[in-house]
Amino acid sequence: MTNQVKVSIRHLYKIFGDDPVTAMEAVGEGMSKADLLETHNHVLGLRDINVDIRETEITVIMGLSGSGKSTLIRHFNRLIEPTAGEVLVDGENILEWDEARLRQMRRETMSMVFQKFALLPHRTVLDNAGLALATRGRKRKDYEAEAERWLERVGLGGLGGQFPHQLSGGMQQRVGIARALTSNAPIMLMDEAFSALDPLIRTDMQDLLIELQGELRKTIVFITHDLDEALKLADHLVILNDGAVVQQGEPQHILLNPADAYIADFVADIYRARVLRARSVMRTEPVDGEIAGEIDHNDNLESVIEKAEGSLSPRFRVMRDGKPVGTLLMPDIMRALVPRKAEHAA
Amino acid sequence: MATYDGVFDTLGLRAWCDASGNDGPMSMADLMARTGGDDAGAGSLRDLPFPSLDALHEACGAIPQSRDLTLGLEQGFLAIRDGLRIVIDPLTQPLSWMLSDMIWVMTSTPWWIVIPALLLLAFFVARSWKVVGFVAATLGLLAFIDHFEPAMETLAIIFVCAFICVLFGVPIGIAMSRSDRMQRIGIPILDMLQTLPPFVYLIPLIFLFSVTEPKLYGIAIILYAIVPVIRLTDLGIRLVDQSVVEAADAFGMTSRQKLFGVQIPLALPNIMAGVNQTIMMSLAMVVIASLVSAPGLGVLVLRGIRNLELGVGLVAGLGIVMIAILLDRVTKAALARVDASQSSR
Ligand SMILES: Nc1ncnc2c1ncn2[C@@H]1O[C@H](COP(=O)(O)OP(=O)(O)OP(=O)(O)O)[C@@H](O)[C@H]1O
Ligand SMILES: [Mg+2]
Repeated sequence: MTNQVKVSIRHLYKIFGDDPVTAMEAVGEGMSKADLLETHNHVLGLRDINVDIRETEITVIMGLSGSGKSTLIRHFNRLIEPTAGEVLVDGENILEWDEARLRQMRRETMSMVFQKFALLPHRTVLDNAGLALATRGRKRKDYEAEAERWLERVGLGGLGGQFPHQLSGGMQQRVGIARALTSNAPIMLMDEAFSALDPLIRTDMQDLLIELQGELRKTIVFITHDLDEALKLADHLVILNDGAVVQQGEPQHILLNPADAYIADFVADIYRARVLRARSVMRTEPVDGEIAGEIDHNDNLESVIEKAEGSLSPRFRVMRDGKPVGTLLMPDIMRALVPRKAEHAA
Repeated sequence: MATYDGVFDTLGLRAWCDASGNDGPMSMADLMARTGGDDAGAGSLRDLPFPSLDALHEACGAIPQSRDLTLGLEQGFLAIRDGLRIVIDPLTQPLSWMLSDMIWVMTSTPWWIVIPALLLLAFFVARSWKVVGFVAATLGLLAFIDHFEPAMETLAIIFVCAFICVLFGVPIGIAMSRSDRMQRIGIPILDMLQTLPPFVYLIPLIFLFSVTEPKLYGIAIILYAIVPVIRLTDLGIRLVDQSVVEAADAFGMTSRQKLFGVQIPLALPNIMAGVNQTIMMSLAMVVIASLVSAPGLGVLVLRGIRNLELGVGLVAGLGIVMIAILLDRVTKAALARVDASQSSR
């Protein structure tokens, strides 16, 4: 089921300061972020990042404030130059590209959605939505219909004539998403796109994104500092801390098998019954005994517990596309609900 | 016997001093020093003069007096004047033409064409009937007290000079905003232009051009008034929300598209504020420039001072205030319009 790798980050380092090359040598010898700041007065932004972004998946990069998320996502379209490493898009190293080639990629292959919306305040919503096409030199009447269509799709039909400051934050970010979609780029970069919105609007926007993704199958890189949001959206989850990847993989897998104490701590407060799915906890080897019912492999544990009416004895057959793929035992559910300590992790 | 004789003696420079030693013409200060020096007790620390050029000259003839400095400066300027003129004269000639043509157009066209034309202009810039009404009242009053012609001369000069200030100032400001090096070079020059007393501009210009040429006062006004539009263009572009500029980059804008599509439009309120200040400063300078034959209301003010004609001076001064308010209102209205159409930030 693994998709093609669309973007690949290889051994990426970023050091902020006047003389990153010298500082890079020290980092290569294993100096820590704090030591580098103390002895060289350089900030270690990213250290040896290796991430594969797969086609049609949502890759969520998450970490606390200052962990280097924004720095990392800006390397995908080279808004920031790395100190060392490679960024491969469809197999080509974009760091070797000249300005014109890079610009073409930004216009046609990657679009971006920003935390602070970053709309052009002096242009109408419609012109903002059509920005990517206008930048490519298309005339207004050529992109009008396209921009209108995407505005409609994100729920802003008929507001094309307004100016951004006349809209609420949630609506402005819808314009931001419409702008990214209108560019028709296969890759979408989203830097904390929903962080500035209040919780209800935020949930709406997440649902909108999931809905759009079901239809459009884009390759999305989504940045967030919110674990709930990450778990809701991610096909692939990358956890950053102090500029380095601590763990990456399928979110359910990370939840059940935290790589170290940091991750274990991080995921400890999650409401696991709602996040964990039957497929992550089920047994695939044949199990004897009576089957109480069938559940879908994507059902969360909460719904299974509800179905069992609190009893610990029933077993469920887990189905995927109408075929049985495993069996779910209630004691396994109970065990999965207790956060695992990193030491015990397999 | 001068105070610093000993210094030169011990340094062994006596021969050098005396070789070129000449007791050139004696200055008033020399005389004073000589007469005063007699009763001052030699060696008293209280009377030790600062080792200035004049004091050192007394001890050593080879050292120039400070008045030689000003003299040298003057001679140096006169020496390069002809060369400078060959370059600057043709370059600035269009300014003379623009000024005299504009003054001619605005004063020789009948008032019943000029006033409606100005009102139309005010409407285009400000888009507000209130402002147009105010302009009409001001112009009407000025015409009513027979100050229409000098007022038009003043306005004509301001139009030309402010136009040239914007023409050069905005690109210079843009250049400064795009390179820190340009900014580092530019800011001290702007500081100097802004702090030099306006009269000081006039001095070298008088030497350079003949007093009857319009470009003489044109250049003085432009040098003085161009500062705010440069400064605020630079500042305005630097203050543009960086996240918006980043978005422009992320969507693959060329730097040209970014400049004209994002940076200048977003800096426009600041640039307009700069234009407003530039216009107000040209008005201030146009009055002073009447000292070097700039026509307009300033001439009447000057007459008031020279001939002690109190009434003439005061009425002309009032006229200037009215023009100042008029220009300010119109440009502020334009500024407000740009601001309103932009954002709530
Ligand atoms: N231009 C810069 N110069 C120096 N240091 C920088 C620069 N940009 C980022 N940093 C540093 O790099 C680190 C990562 O910053 P980054 O903005 O990527 O964090 P983030 O994970 O996006 O945080 P947040 O959630 O607050 O947005 C921080 O320590 C920051 O101080
Ligand atoms: Mg960030």
